[in-house]
Amino acid sequence: MTDSPLVIAGKSFSSRFFLGTGKFKNKKNLSDSITASGSQIVTVALRRIDLERHEENILEHIPSHITLLTNTSGARNAQEAVRIARLAKASGCGNWVKIEVINDSKYLLPDNAETIKATEILAAEGFVVLPYITPDLYAARALVKAGAATVMPLGSFIGSNQGLKTKEFIQVLINEIDLPIVVDAGIGAPSQAAEAMEMGADAVLVNTAVATAQDPTTLARAFALAVEAGRMAYLSGLPLNHGIADASSPLTGFLYDDVPAN
Amino acid sequence: MKININGTSQNLDPTKNLSDIVTTFCKQSKHVIAELNGTIVPSEQWTKTNLKEGDALELVTFVGGG
Repeated sequence: MTDSPLVIAGKSFSSRFFLGTGKFKNKKNLSDSITASGSQIVTVALRRIDLERHEENILEHIPSHITLLTNTSGARNAQEAVRIARLAKASGCGNWVKIEVINDSKYLLPDNAETIKATEILAAEGFVVLPYITPDLYAARALVKAGAATVMPLGSFIGSNQGLKTKEFIQVLINEIDLPIVVDAGIGAPSQAAEAMEMGADAVLVNTAVATAQDPTTLARAFALAVEAGRMAYLSGLPLNHGIADASSPLTGFLYDDVPAN
Repeated sequence: MKININGTSQNLDPTKNLSDIVTTFCKQSKHVIAELNGTIVPSEQWTKTNLKEGDALELVTFVGGG
C-alpha cells in the first residue's frame, strides 16, 4: 500500500516522525539521532546567549535539508510567544513556529486561550504555525479559524513518558479537525508512538524519550519504525476493538457440529 | 558607556557598533539575533547601529528544545 506524504503548509514530508533536540547529552548523540530518526522536521528553542560560556551553535548539528521548527518555550502569554516567533524569523532560519505558551510551572500544561491568540497574530503575519495544546475540540476549531497549519495535542505531561493519557480526546481531534494532527509530549516508547499513528494521527513528535535513552540513536530508529508501522496499520483499515470474543477459526466442533457450551 | 546586555550591565567603548559588540560577546555571529530596546535589528544593519548609554540589548540564539 502506498501512502500519501504528510503535507504541512504546502510542503511534503515522507517522514511522520518529528524529533525534538533538547536534553541530549552531547551534540554527537543529537546529530546521530537525527540521522537515525529520518526526521525531516526538528524542533529547536531560542534563548539568551550566555555571555560567559560561549556555547556551541546547535544549528551546526542539524543538516540544512531539515525543516526547523522553532518553539516558543519560555513564553507565558501570547505576546511573549509572538515576540519569540519574530526573533526566530529574524535569524533567517525560516518561519515555522511551534506555539508553546505555558504559565503553570507544576504541570507545564499549555494555555490554549493564549495559544489561539498567538496563532491568530502569527498566521496573519505569514508564519507557518503549529500550536501545541491540551486536546480540546473547541480550542482546535478556534485554531483552524485562526490559521494554524496543524494542531499538536499533548499525549500526557511534557517529559513524563506516560504515553497517550489523553487518547479519547486526541481521537476526537483526529475525527473532527481537518488539519494534520501531530501528537506531541509524553510519548515515552515506540509502542505509544505506534498507538497514536494507528488511531489516525498524522505524525508524532518525541524528544525526552530519545534524548535521555542510554542509546539515543537506537531508540530514534525504533521510534521511526514504530511510527511507520503504526501508519501502515492505520492505512490497512485496522479492525476495531470489539470488546468481545470473535473466533479466528470456524466455530464448529473439530469433527462434529456441536459448539462447546458456555 | 554602560549598556544592559542580556540582563547584565556592561561597560563598553562608545565607538563600538553593534557588530563589534556581537563579535565581543558571542563565539560566532551566525544565527545570533539582536533586539535593541525591544526592536529587532537585522544583521545587515549591525555595522551601522551605534548604541548609547542605558540601551538594553538582547542577544539570542538557537538551543535544543522540544
